[in-house]
Amino acid sequence: MELSDRDLDLVSVLCDGLPLAPRPFQAVGVAIGMGEDEVLGRLQALQQGGVIRRFGVIVRHHELGYRANAMVVWEVPADALSAVGRRLGACPEVTLCYSRPPRPPAWPYSLFTMVHGKSRGTVEEAVAVLAEREGVAHYRHELLFSTRRFKQCGARYQRRMAAE
Amino acid sequence: MLVLDDIDRRLLDLYQRDLPLVARPFAAMAEAVGVGEDIVLARLARLSEAGVISRIGAVFRPHRCGHSTLAAMAVPAERLEEVAAVVSAYPQVNHNYQRDHTLNLWFVIAAADAAEVAAVMTEIKDRTGIAVLDLPLIEDFHIDLGFDIRWS
Repeated sequence: MELSDRDLDLVSVLCDGLPLAPRPFQAVGVAIGMGEDEVLGRLQALQQGGVIRRFGVIVRHHELGYRANAMVVWEVPADALSAVGRRLGACPEVTLCYSRPPRPPAWPYSLFTMVHGKSRGTVEEAVAVLAEREGVAHYRHELLFSTRRFKQCGARYQRRMAAE
Repeated sequence: MLVLDDIDRRLLDLYQRDLPLVARPFAAMAEAVGVGEDIVLARLARLSEAGVISRIGAVFRPHRCGHSTLAAMAVPAERLEEVAAVVSAYPQVNHNYQRDHTLNLWFVIAAADAAEVAAVMTEIKDRTGIAVLDLPLIEDFHIDLGFDIRWS
């Protein structure tokens, strides 16, 4: 799906999320001179076109009692990456699953998954169970627990103002 | 920690995806949950203030309407605060975590285009004197249905 300038305007004002008002889409549209119907129509199209993956309440795991999270990184050879990625990406314990370029020798890992749990122990156990069940335990992997959150907010795709 | 009751839980269980795209979404949610629109608005405001909700809005598929990368740095322990503050101050940085590893600072840079992402990364390296590992996404394998919260 190709995004128009109007779509990008809408994406840009949506980065902060909806205001908690009875007609939030109307309020969002005001900032970019877009009517409520157009906002809703474009959002539906963006969702159907796969640009918006989900639209809803974005929760913070930590505040819900999921105090432990590990970025679990796997050294998966290139020829197996796609199959292993799809397999882990479909697991209920996994909340993110991306392939990224390995940077050897310092960083050999090619597949990144995120696992949340109420404690470090439950995350370690969940990863061990997952690795065994999905047949990926033989790939070298590491758990990188987060020990401190310095910043967490939504991605901002602000467009720089075009020169007049 | 905030105590969440049945109304809060149902809002979080039902609306992490597929928030009704209608003129009055909170009224539609209220009807489904069996309370008034004002209650839904008040609950969502309370959850936002408590930090349980970061926002109500869209999760975009990466690289469809902007550019982003995951970056990592190996920061000496005594400089962690200072370097983390430099990184967090960029509006383009949306997540910044310390992790238990030699590469101990992990953050996401997102901007309208690749050049802006690269510029932020170079600036962070120049200002801190520490190399920044660039780990851009190649493929997204996750099917995002929101988070299945175990309430017990």
